[in-house]
Amino acid sequence: MTRRDVGDVLLEVQDLSVDYLTLNGAVSAVSHASFTLRRGEILGLAGESGSGKSTLTTALLRLQRSPAVTVGGKVLYHGDDGTVTDLVPRTDKELLHLRWNKLAIVMQSAMDALNPVKRLGAQFVDVLRQHDPRMSEKAALERAGDLLALSGIPRDRVDSFPHEMSGGMRQRSLISLALACDPDLVVMDEPTTAVDVVMQRTIMSQVLRLQRELGFAIVFVTHDLSLLLELSDRLAIMYAGKVVEIGPSTELYHHPKHPYTKALRDSFPPLYAPLVEMRGIPGTAPDLMNLPDGCAFAPRCARAMDLCLTKRPELVQVSEKVDAACHLNDPQKEPVGAGPSDARSENGHAA
Amino acid sequence: MTTTSTRTEQPRQDAEREVVLEARDVTKHFTVRGKKGSAVVRAVEGIDLELHRGEIVAMVGESGSGKTTVARLLSLYYPTTGGEILLEGKPVSHVTGRKALTYYGQVQLLFQDPFASLNALKPIRHILGRALKIHGKARGAKQVEQRIHELLTRVNLTPPEQYIDKYPHELSGGQRQRIVIARALAVEPRVMLGDEPISMLDVSIRLDVLNLLKKLRDEEGLALLYITHDIASARYIADRINVMYAGQMVEGGSSEEVIHDPQHPYTRLLLDSSPDPGRGLEGDQQSLFDEVGDLGEPPSLITPPKGCRFNPRCPFAMDICNEKEPEKVEVSPGHWAKCWLHQEGRADLLKQRNIQFGVPIETAAAEAGIDTVNAEDILDRTVALEGETTADLGPFQP
Repeated sequence: MTRRDVGDVLLEVQDLSVDYLTLNGAVSAVSHASFTLRRGEILGLAGESGSGKSTLTTALLRLQRSPAVTVGGKVLYHGDDGTVTDLVPRTDKELLHLRWNKLAIVMQSAMDALNPVKRLGAQFVDVLRQHDPRMSEKAALERAGDLLALSGIPRDRVDSFPHEMSGGMRQRSLISLALACDPDLVVMDEPTTAVDVVMQRTIMSQVLRLQRELGFAIVFVTHDLSLLLELSDRLAIMYAGKVVEIGPSTELYHHPKHPYTKALRDSFPPLYAPLVEMRGIPGTAPDLMNLPDGCAFAPRCARAMDLCLTKRPELVQVSEKVDAACHLNDPQKEPVGAGPSDARSENGHAA
Repeated sequence: MTTTSTRTEQPRQDAEREVVLEARDVTKHFTVRGKKGSAVVRAVEGIDLELHRGEIVAMVGESGSGKTTVARLLSLYYPTTGGEILLEGKPVSHVTGRKALTYYGQVQLLFQDPFASLNALKPIRHILGRALKIHGKARGAKQVEQRIHELLTRVNLTPPEQYIDKYPHELSGGQRQRIVIARALAVEPRVMLGDEPISMLDVSIRLDVLNLLKKLRDEEGLALLYITHDIASARYIADRINVMYAGQMVEGGSSEEVIHDPQHPYTRLLLDSSPDPGRGLEGDQQSLFDEVGDLGEPPSLITPPKGCRFNPRCPFAMDICNEKEPEKVEVSPGHWAKCWLHQEGRADLLKQRNIQFGVPIETAAAEAGIDTVNAEDILDRTVALEGETTADLGPFQP
């Protein structure tokens, strides 16, 4: 069940692979990621550090820097006029028209993403006039005030320096800045990790309100799965550079089809539900330099079988709306998850 | 399985457990100097806190509420401005150097970032051995070696031989935080002060570190102050929860009571703000985040609001709230709050299902003198402003 109505296809990612070139050979940070994003949809991207979340999002927008190299796959952008563009082979110059106008990003650390020696207004003017040289300085400043007001920041803050604002306000102004050219897609890379829960709530409610009014799609990256579950329409779970499960958030929460999804879900102590002894996921994330032959999660998986050690599972459709990469979903095997309550207690002792 | 099954002995009887570390009416003011002269930041005011043997006490609150300052005061990193800190009933004062050593032998601070709190140039053997030697807990190479092995085993880094010669960079975040804990344990402290000890760790290993801290509490009778803004993890690990707001403690009680029956509007705000998929994902996101306006930010601690410091953000604020500071009211044994609602007999308001915190964004904007906040209007103006520029299009956007 989708949580809201979403529009036409906006972005089609096919077999996207990103390598980091090192002296010891190429490390595959993202391998064969495929998914589709629709207009107005919120896609959550979750996984541990080093799972390739940020690499994937920077590669999506073609913002990756050496030694990261996109080695294969396509990122097809569907324009509102029906044209389809593959972003991967484009040069920076060709991408200029799409950046910020169509594809925007909110960076992780608001403190580093804003220029510390320029007033906020000047940073907005910079962006606005870069994308529309004919806009006057005055009009751009006016617009900057409007944009700040969008995320609930008093417009007189255009005269402030970043250090004069709180962390939450800086983060909100970054979101406003990303919306400056009315993009179709906003990638948000852990926008709320540096702020506390109350500010996080404020920011998320504003993002959702703006999203509803302006209709942009969001790719939201975080390791906070409980937030993602509340926020996103669909979720993609990454492990060791691969998307291991993707589907509607509610499905993934109630009926995870990959043991890693289930383990990740059960890593968060509940706020109100009865407390039980819980365990984290045993072991550590694998070294991307020498991944096991079989499933990368197998060494940490409580339900690994012989097959898991030898054959790498592919991401395949396992139910109407969910794709997962796990041998447990092969037809002759029993399914991975039951309801959340069974799964929780089972997880508490299985590991 | 019921809520109380794992918490049968909750709340732990205070009377049975000796107080190890205590703060009485502790206050910390910082003087800051700027262009316009100096000002006083009232970072911590009138904190009372007791840490009992074999008990974990959590301190939760937003950033800037003074949680870290309390940890630093308790570890004698800062001198207090007022009040007393007592270790086993004896007052201690801010001392440095060798004099502080006896205190640090009892009270240890766990830092937030295990990537920054270990010497990157030294192996684990050196890092742990140094703490042992400085505090005279082991003599001679053989004994030191043996103690290091014991420490590594206690924090579940087994077999110890596999870790003892490694450098911090060879370990994962969770393993490093275990080394940080082992180093604190090396001096055989009675109290640990954990300042967000898991917030830098990956979600999949946070639980294991929390479980380790619980084990140290249960098996070794360690007293732990757990500082966090993640109230769900506080509930998981702590016996009692204290809530801090703007430098003051506003509520305290057993974890389950504070979570299930909050007695201060600020605690409700914290709880309502925390994500919890457990409360149901049915319906769209809008309904989960709906009516959340601008929840506001903590006040300046240079000029804190008069009366109750939460009053500017409180949906139930009365006249008295910005005149007089509320007294501590005990709601049930061991569960107290500082809020006028209790004295005024309006505490039932806190039991409402939905509390409308913050100001809806339109109102907030109107008060701030913003005439238009309708996104579509602004968007229309954008399109108008952009005008013909959309004609200037690249090759793949005809």
